[in-house]
Amino acid sequence: MYQTNYHRASSLEDAAKLHSGADEAKYVSGGMTLIPAMKTRLSAPSDLIDLRHVEGLKGIRVSGREVEIGAATTHADIAQSKEIESACPALHYMANHIGDPLVRHMGTIGGSVANNDPAQDYPAALLAMDATIVTSKREVKADAFFTGLFETALEEDEIVTAVKFTAPEKCGYEKFRNPASRYAMTGVFVAKGAGGVRVAVTGAGENGVFRAKELEEKLASDFSAGALDGATVPSSNLMSDMHASSEYRANLVVVMAKRAVAKAAG
Amino acid sequence: MSDVSMVVNGRKVSGNVEDRTLLVHYLREHLGLTGTHVGCDTSQCGACVVHMDGKAIKSCSILAAQASGSEITTIEGLAPGAELHPMQAAFKEHHGLQCGFCTPGMIMTAVDMVRRHPEGLDEKTVRNDLEGNICRCTGYHNIVQAILSGSKTMAGTGETKAA
Repeated sequence: MYQTNYHRASSLEDAAKLHSGADEAKYVSGGMTLIPAMKTRLSAPSDLIDLRHVEGLKGIRVSGREVEIGAATTHADIAQSKEIESACPALHYMANHIGDPLVRHMGTIGGSVANNDPAQDYPAALLAMDATIVTSKREVKADAFFTGLFETALEEDEIVTAVKFTAPEKCGYEKFRNPASRYAMTGVFVAKGAGGVRVAVTGAGENGVFRAKELEEKLASDFSAGALDGATVPSSNLMSDMHASSEYRANLVVVMAKRAVAKAAG
Repeated sequence: MSDVSMVVNGRKVSGNVEDRTLLVHYLREHLGLTGTHVGCDTSQCGACVVHMDGKAIKSCSILAAQASGSEITTIEGLAPGAELHPMQAAFKEHHGLQCGFCTPGMIMTAVDMVRRHPEGLDEKTVRNDLEGNICRCTGYHNIVQAILSGSKTMAGTGETKAA
């Protein structure tokens, strides 16, 4: 790891101030992506601003169907939350299947969405549930927030403070894990709510998480796995690498979507 | 450089370290606690697992500066006295090791696993929750048997509650 300067922020204002005074600063929360990336020198921020000690960023609030999760809430907190389990079982399942138990003790939902790794799980859930990402400056809908590989609508010094959404009537998530890294090679989150059916795909898109409109149309009139029999999605904008071709991923999108719908409907 | 202070195995420690110092290197090289191992450089193997404020984490994926102010338990601090912790004893009894390199991490993960599942453990849960620990000897069978046995002993001693 290259040299870096560590700072512990006491508040959001303090964090922004530390950021503006630094050369190439990065915020760190659980650090489960950033610290490993720094170890392999893929990332080399001049300054690290630790958000773990900022008050008020942690916690799960569920009121009826309305869910708000503080950015510093860990995957383990979400995985252990009875409220999330009953309001949004697919998100609960997802949180239980991120990384491993050790990673889940540190990694946070805010860090995950701010990083927007193309193989990360949460972006699929938030996009499918039409969630809102709350930041230190504004609120942004998921559709506008996730803009590309490791790219978001966040400005340099902007901090994710929470995510909120209306829990869908039905939802399901299934992913096909890379056998070695265990990251999602393709993960599909389906949600059926007041606004209709939304299907979001992670791990497969060349530009990160995206909505599979072809599958949404088929599911709109018939929310069942059978409705996706014979369905296809174009492979043109999907990743192709040593792990899987874009055609293979296109097939996985449909297969994972079917499994997710079966789960949601069951 | 950063001033760090924390409680490690019940003892207050402090030091001045490079900001980039990983917790595992602080434990091993500054405190001489070499029971915590480094088995990879990709955060995958789990040989470095310690407990921070009662939860199992990978000490290779957090800076010592980030851990400052916390309570750390390493394999050296697991046993309360001269006798082995029940999970250590179970690994010995069931020969839950071959070369032994991954063992400290396995045991720290196992104790955390027992505390996270007060309802008890079955083989499927143990194998699933060992996702973050790799045994390159592939000696998983006896590791799983040791954890199942250790969890029963821990339940008997009332040690299954989170710290």
